[in-house]
Amino acid sequence: MSHSYFFNRLLLAIPTLAGAVTITFILLRVVPGDPIAMMTGPGATEADIAQLRAHYGLDHSIAHQFVLYLGQVITGDLGTSISLRQDVGELIIGRLPVTVELVLIAMLIAASLALVLALTGTFWRDRWPERLVDSFIGVVVAIPDFLWALSLILILGVAIPVMPIFGRMDLTVSFDSWTNFYLTESLLRGEFEVTRSVLHHMVLPAVSLALPLMAITTRVLKSCLNAEMNREYVTLARTRGFSRLKVIYSQALRNALVPATTLSGVQFTFLIGGTVLVERIFGYPGIGNMAIDAVINRDLPLIQGLVLTFAILFILVNLLIDLFVTFLDPRLRHA
Amino acid sequence: MPDGRPDLPLMRRILREPRIIFGLCILGLMCLAAILAPWLSPHNPLEQDLLFSFLPPSWQENGDPIFFLGTDNLGRDIASRLIYGTRTALIVAIVAATLAALLGTILGMIAGFYGGKIDMLISCAVDIWMSFPAVLLSIVLVAVIGAGLHAVIIAIVIIDWTRFCRVMRAETMVQKERDYVSSAVTIGLSRFRILFQEVLPNLLPLLIVLLTLEMGIAIVVETILSFVGLSVASDTPTWGNLIQEGRQYIHQAPWLLGLPVACVVLSVLGLNALGDGIKEVIDPESRQ
Repeated sequence: MSHSYFFNRLLLAIPTLAGAVTITFILLRVVPGDPIAMMTGPGATEADIAQLRAHYGLDHSIAHQFVLYLGQVITGDLGTSISLRQDVGELIIGRLPVTVELVLIAMLIAASLALVLALTGTFWRDRWPERLVDSFIGVVVAIPDFLWALSLILILGVAIPVMPIFGRMDLTVSFDSWTNFYLTESLLRGEFEVTRSVLHHMVLPAVSLALPLMAITTRVLKSCLNAEMNREYVTLARTRGFSRLKVIYSQALRNALVPATTLSGVQFTFLIGGTVLVERIFGYPGIGNMAIDAVINRDLPLIQGLVLTFAILFILVNLLIDLFVTFLDPRLRHA
Repeated sequence: MPDGRPDLPLMRRILREPRIIFGLCILGLMCLAAILAPWLSPHNPLEQDLLFSFLPPSWQENGDPIFFLGTDNLGRDIASRLIYGTRTALIVAIVAATLAALLGTILGMIAGFYGGKIDMLISCAVDIWMSFPAVLLSIVLVAVIGAGLHAVIIAIVIIDWTRFCRVMRAETMVQKERDYVSSAVTIGLSRFRILFQEVLPNLLPLLIVLLTLEMGIAIVVETILSFVGLSVASDTPTWGNLIQEGRQYIHQAPWLLGLPVACVVLSVLGLNALGDGIKEVIDPESRQ
């Protein structure tokens, strides 16, 4: 595999990251409302306030603050949260596994459902299953994850109460986690009661995140599959006696996955942004939920750290998609 | 225009497209509700009456026909609050979508038509912009600007101009290669005039489609920001505020959440259908 290709992709990520850092810094320095005033009670003396200002580096000029901030970011020091009074890096690392597990499960659901739906639509082309898939996708694609979350709460949480609608696992289950990757860790440690509870709580948020992504991916994959089905190699394979299912599955699919992944890859990054609200709605203790609290509390260091984390996640997902495409298409490895 | 009456068959095609009819119905209902809110609402949307709190919709048990869609925790009439909420939704949808379209289209046209350094600059800005999670950016923006309707609108414009910019840039590049542009150059029209008098009318159909879809997005963003508590003051009835309040009493009074969610879903579905329908009518090639 070509190393320079990935090196180039990594280099391309630098302007994005730099842009993210700069924009958040600028945005948050014009925030009206003094974060120090919010921290201190009415009894604080001038000296206390000045000391806090110095502690958070707010007493320097804007340019000086930016240079200081850049230096800290590069060394991995994200500062101290104003509202929670803890190290921002530690806070984020503590919550990140929650979001990462949720995002990965949601992507898995979206990808597998899209695969099944697109294959169904292609196999029964121009018959009622394809029309059913098309109309289903048409409705699903229009509704964003935020509204899916609320609708699913109403349907599967209240009307037919089969799914939990709040938190990461049942309160009756206790789990002393070392890594905060509850799902992976409970599986590895064999505590399946925990795994069950975590998965059960994950269903609604993950499905809410997955549905819009699934719809778009199905649409793209289906049209790529249809294009492949008109190609000569498919006709050849059919005349050689391979069944339609076998040709779709073992030949057309592999070729259709490459353009489909390239086209719908961006959508996978949108899913990360969706966690902000979906975690909020389901009271899920990930970084998305934390971000809303940070904004409401005007917690500058925490907001900056979180935006940076989101930008890094975006870049990582993009890289993963690139890797997947190169894995599928050998021609790209030497391009 | 080559044809004498080019709009007649187009009108007929528009009226035959069920998605356009559905979308126009929803949009028409929303406009009616927004304009006629004071006359349509059975009650004052802010009037509290604790004697009538948590009344279910009238078709359910214990429902009261005076409060057709029930009441909330403070005894306020849900039907009236939903009708007044349409106003905010529609204002945000129209103003924010139009401004985002204006900004994005002008920048996109300039980038696509002039190319070179200015294109590189604009495209690079779009790329960096789009690498932010939109939801997070809008929340941060509103926190910076300060809550309120104007902040919501500014946030939507700042975030979503990129949607228009990307598409319009690509389409302008396509149009630029067409014969009518070289003809216009030959007869000596200025580049500025070619761009705005010749190219722009050809971008309009696509722009209308994007605008319709963006209106749906704007409604959702306003709802989201109200839900997080960053839009208009919480005593103003907006769909998002209703959703946020309804979320707290979900087991006690699920209709408080269900009804505003249904309003948002219906309006988003309607606007999407309208946009998709128009796209299909003006561009039959997009059909698969």
